[in-house]
Amino acid sequence: MPEEDGEPMEASTGLSSSPYKVKLDVFEGPLDLLLHLIKKEQVSIYDIPIARITEQYLEYLRLMHEMDITIASDFLVMAATLIYIKTKMLLPRSPLTEDEEEDEDPRRPLVERLLEYQKYKAAAEMLWSKAQVEQAVFTRPPLDLQEAGTEIAATTYDLFEAFRRAMERLKEKIQLEIAREEVPLEEKIADLRQRLERTDRLDITALFEEARSKRELITIFLAVLELVKESVIRLVQRVAFGQIIAIKVNRSPSTTERAP
Amino acid sequence: MSGSKNDRELKAAIEALIFVSEEPITANRLAEILGDLDPEDVEALANEVMAEFNAREGGLEIRRIAGGYRMSTRPQYHEVLRRYLRTRPAARLSLASLETLAVIAYKQPITLPEIQEIRGKNSVSSVKTLLEKRLIVPKGRKPVAGRPIMYGTSKEFLIQFGLNDLSELPSIEDFEDFITE
Repeated sequence: MPEEDGEPMEASTGLSSSPYKVKLDVFEGPLDLLLHLIKKEQVSIYDIPIARITEQYLEYLRLMHEMDITIASDFLVMAATLIYIKTKMLLPRSPLTEDEEEDEDPRRPLVERLLEYQKYKAAAEMLWSKAQVEQAVFTRPPLDLQEAGTEIAATTYDLFEAFRRAMERLKEKIQLEIAREEVPLEEKIADLRQRLERTDRLDITALFEEARSKRELITIFLAVLELVKESVIRLVQRVAFGQIIAIKVNRSPSTTERAP
Repeated sequence: MSGSKNDRELKAAIEALIFVSEEPITANRLAEILGDLDPEDVEALANEVMAEFNAREGGLEIRRIAGGYRMSTRPQYHEVLRRYLRTRPAARLSLASLETLAVIAYKQPITLPEIQEIRGKNSVSSVKTLLEKRLIVPKGRKPVAGRPIMYGTSKEFLIQFGLNDLSELPSIEDFEDFITE
């Protein structure tokens, strides 16, 4: 029986033998509750003692009401249906309609709905166990295609996020910012270009870490944006929200052509 | 299919592709990658690969899932794998969602009011959950008053429930056996 961790598949206890809280969570709807009552009373679904079941059903709603639980309108609609059927069964059959409609049992539409619903309830259990089996089946984890280019292009947002984090770390690092060491943007760009002569990749996060002041950090950020704009570098990530790497864009033949 | 050298090589390539593919790979896709072969021939070869692979009765198996081929561990070894991976079955769908999913799976395409009629219960949030989990997808609108959206199961549903297609689901009438007298 698939019954675990607060996700009971069906009520296993009767109305009087379990705490209200538990059992109230259990019924998925009026049909579910009715099926439970039928089972509990050990009566046939094809011959429901409608008066008895209606009484129990209403008792259940009363309990819900007493505990200030909002009763879903679905439950009330069913209550009305039950009372209607009960009344209809009490009435003597009209001699006029007898030959037309034979003697249709007023319970029949409800029984049909219950039977139909029960099939899907069973199907839900089948799906549940299927999913259990399938969850225990493992496929090969995604390949780590390191150099094969599974990189994701980093978005401006990712870059800004890295910038923001560096900014926060900087706040913790720097207590005092005395002299303003001006680092012109042009100089920073030139510095980055120079580095890119020596290497194909730059770790943007590490680059941000180098900043000694907020001002310098902003300058680095702007320099990176400028290089992206000029298509000198492109920004990639191995995984979403991961480390951002600047990769040199190889353009027309240059001195770096022979780099591995 | 003959056992020619060419076929043997193709089958080996198919096996490699099934291994590498991250989701069930279809015969069409295999045919495309192998160089514009006839998908039907490739399917026949892939089925041979599958039969031979599974005849070994090893810890891995190839299955047809959602119209494609997928290599995975055999279900019967789930316990030992879980012991190693230290995992527990992941959070499941609630009963309400499973019930709604069952109704949709068997009655698709079906509208929300029709689902609610069968379940006797408001099913808006369950349908929403199933949509979010991509287990169901909208399948157009029903040409009746109000033009309600119709829902059906998705490819993700087949994958998660280990089905090749919907015909693999047991017939809904079979569940009558479960019905309590």
